[in-house]
Amino acid sequence: MFDSYTAEMLARFQFAFTVSFHIIFPAFSIGLASFLAVLNAMWLTTGRSAYRTLFDYWKKIFAIAFGMGVVSGIVMSYQFGTNWSVFSDKTGPILGPLMAYEVLSAFFLEAGFLGIMLFGREKVGNGLHMFATAMVAFGTLLSATWILSVNSWMHTPAGYSINDVGQFVPADWWAAIFNPSFPYRLLHMVLAAYLTTAFVVGAVGARHLLRDRTNPAARLMFSMAMWMAALATPLQIGAGDFHGLNTLEYQPAKVMAMEGHYDSHPEGAPLILFGIPNAEQKRIDYAIQIPKLSSLILKHDLNAPLAGLDTIPDEDEPPVVIVFWSFRIMVALGFAMLGVGLWSLWSRWRGSLYDARWLHRAALAMGPSGFVAVLAGWITTEVGRQPFTVYGLLRTADSLAPIEAPAVGASLLAFIIVYFFVFGAGTFYIIRLMSRPPEPAASDDDEGPTRAAGITPVQQRRAAATAGE
Amino acid sequence: MELDLPFIWAGIIAFAVLTYVVLDGFDLGIGILFPLQPDESDRDVMMNSVAPVWDGNETWLVLGGGGLFAVFPLAYSVVMPALYMPIILMLLALVFRGVAFEYRWRTKRWKPVWDVAFAGGSAVAALMQGIALGALVQGIEIQDRSYAGGWWDWLTPFSVLTGIAVVFGYALLGATWLVLKTEGRLQDRMRARARPLAFVTLGFIGLVSLLTPFKDPVYFQRWFAWPGIALSLAVPLLVAIAAWKLITGLRDDRDLTPFLAAQSLFILSFAGIGISFYPHIVPPSLTIQEAAAPDASLAFTLVGTAILVPLILAYTAYSYWVFRGKIGPDSGYH
Ligand code: HDD
Ligand code: HEM
Ligand code: HEM
Repeated sequence: MFDSYTAEMLARFQFAFTVSFHIIFPAFSIGLASFLAVLNAMWLTTGRSAYRTLFDYWKKIFAIAFGMGVVSGIVMSYQFGTNWSVFSDKTGPILGPLMAYEVLSAFFLEAGFLGIMLFGREKVGNGLHMFATAMVAFGTLLSATWILSVNSWMHTPAGYSINDVGQFVPADWWAAIFNPSFPYRLLHMVLAAYLTTAFVVGAVGARHLLRDRTNPAARLMFSMAMWMAALATPLQIGAGDFHGLNTLEYQPAKVMAMEGHYDSHPEGAPLILFGIPNAEQKRIDYAIQIPKLSSLILKHDLNAPLAGLDTIPDEDEPPVVIVFWSFRIMVALGFAMLGVGLWSLWSRWRGSLYDARWLHRAALAMGPSGFVAVLAGWITTEVGRQPFTVYGLLRTADSLAPIEAPAVGASLLAFIIVYFFVFGAGTFYIIRLMSRPPEPAASDDDEGPTRAAGITPVQQRRAAATAGE
Repeated sequence: MELDLPFIWAGIIAFAVLTYVVLDGFDLGIGILFPLQPDESDRDVMMNSVAPVWDGNETWLVLGGGGLFAVFPLAYSVVMPALYMPIILMLLALVFRGVAFEYRWRTKRWKPVWDVAFAGGSAVAALMQGIALGALVQGIEIQDRSYAGGWWDWLTPFSVLTGIAVVFGYALLGATWLVLKTEGRLQDRMRARARPLAFVTLGFIGLVSLLTPFKDPVYFQRWFAWPGIALSLAVPLLVAIAAWKLITGLRDDRDLTPFLAAQSLFILSFAGIGISFYPHIVPPSLTIQEAAAPDASLAFTLVGTAILVPLILAYTAYSYWVFRGKIGPDSGYH
């Protein structure tokens, strides 16, 4: 079925497919881990039972999402070698140690304390359980930090030299880790994860408020999520703006593709809101544009000249159409999120946060918006880097493993089938858990698979409760 | 004195892989034993005995792969394409068994499906790990810093043999782990299963050990010329002691001895492979020194490893300690 494709295209598609699935889970679990830590801390300090109800409610969802993140992540760490072996050989001396630090400092931390967080409250007591929960949250953030340093290095390589066999070798670790785009990308991604989670939590809260406005846990989660939306969205838009300025400095061709600037504008470039990129004719058809605004945003000067893709050799140009659209999807969702955040502030000020039906409906509709924005953002970033894997230095075509197309085609097909089946089922279980209203646990120990000695009968009860749906 | 960083790192990677086998072997073994246990409540107990720790166990596999990428990028970049199919199949199998830990508890109607996913995923992952090992022992063809063979080269009778050996070996680890962690009827059953598994595993260890020296004259040399010959005598002797401990431990209804003895068998086999390989990292031609990243990378990673690995071992041990003791008796389930 993939006969007409080269091994390179198949390998690229396989990488894009598996990493796109993977990023969905961390984007959610980074935010959710922090949310759970806050819920548990609030429960311990205020004693309000709604916090504990929410902790137990989201804990089960977290366990599923985290499990999916882990298994899809293990695939990623081996895929560098299986499909991009030349890339691995060349960048291993720099990127390998950073990823090893991620495993050592973050993955083990998460995995080591996850068991205690999920199953150990009765065994270790509230204090240590809180510690374990905080460690899991810290681990997810640490993991994002390292992997984004790795990814950013591929966009803005620094602190390296090239040895006689063509490998990138470390010259200055500090410069390599804190490479120019890393701080922006880290900030933007962590905010993205928090927003993704906030909109999922907000949608679940809204859904249960639409059914029953008095449910205390639903009210609490909706309110918390809307605070996060209102506060983090403006920050995210600001961070995105700074990120874009940084990209303009280091990867101007990517920004030209995002903006749809095929041509140079010596006297102030317009901001193209919408239009249809025409890759053959190298122009934007039906463009709706605001004159000179792009120069104002990117250069803070209405008349600043901006170069276009006509200054970039064809073989170094990223695919414009994909980048142009994915960027617009992300930005549009960012402003939609801002809208919901402001709306919630207004309702809150009027005292009708829990009664505003249309706000609840809007929040429900925006539930998946974070995931879409994250994917759109990553597609902008990664496709905009093409045709390089290490920007300006190593071409994607030269990074490939010596694997024959049928092998990559077969594995790609297997990944597609397995991922849709397995992660589809997981998503279904998560949605089913979310559609149940958050209720206080019937008794203290009735809170899921307490997989340990002594309390096993609980499992039976819980299994019966989950049964037959 | 100059530190021989590549050598130290070869030791650390070997340690990570061995720790992976020691920790995840029994965990996969439980999945392999799943279909043999018709009783659903028994299967619940079996899975629960590793639920809080499986993720940590599997992280050693990530460290093995990620560590190789970091310190022996050349080895990583020839081994992965050479073992393309077994690696991809192992990853897919791990997807199935990993999610089963949560999914199984979220549905009644589909519970059998996730039982099959857990069992099949565990068995296939074990088989592929064994096949990968066999293929590595056979040797990997390299030209100009990259893999030069075809994409079916890994499949030979020998690699299939090592694959099956690992499946049985992990099943033995799983059975002895359950002897340790359960009581009553399930424990009796596992004790009964462990006995034949022990004999089969020993048979495979013997067979693979006999065949390996003939795979490559260099291996033969290492085992039958001085100083290898001393080890060639010591390793089988230690294997015999471990085997005896295992069998008598099972006979005398010990809880812990069989598990430790079975683990020793794995550790000794692993040491045996190490003897065959050294000083190569990818036989027959890539040495530890050639594959190593520059010292700047090795030193940078070593600092963190020296601090973090002991810490990891400490909190892993703590986590096992928190969940110590027997898993509840099956009487609670009806
Ligand atoms: C909830 C998610 C989310 C939202 C609402 C936004 N972004 Fe974003 N964006 C991401 C999630 C994201 C991301 C997934 O986190 C990316 C992909 C890679 C990265 O560093 O961040 C990203 C990349 C990314 C890039 C590419 C940088 C590069 O590759 O060099 C730019 C320029 C922006 N964003 C700018 C914006 C602006 C101006 C937004 C305002 C509306 C915005 N983003 C909203
Ligand atoms: C931070 C970790 C990441 C690393 C180290 C990384 C690495 C890479 C590499 C090596 C490639 C080149 C191979 C190829 O062209 O397919 C690539 C491409 C790609 N990546 Fe990433 N990536 C990361 C994150 C992501 C995420 C989270 C996404 C989510 C959508 C993503 C989407 C893509 C896409 C769509 C391509 C294909 C581009 C194309 O082929 O035109 N990446 N990435
Ligand atoms: C190509 C790039 C990537 C690789 C090789 C990779 C690798 C992995 C691996 C091996 C795991 C499992 C860890 C375990 O065993 O516990 C994992 C999970 C995780 N990854 Fe990735 N990852 C990549 C991209 C990303 C990105 C872009 C992010 C976020 C910005 C991210 C954040 C996480 C987090 C937070 C986890 C913990 C599990 C979870 O939250 O679901 N990863 N990743």
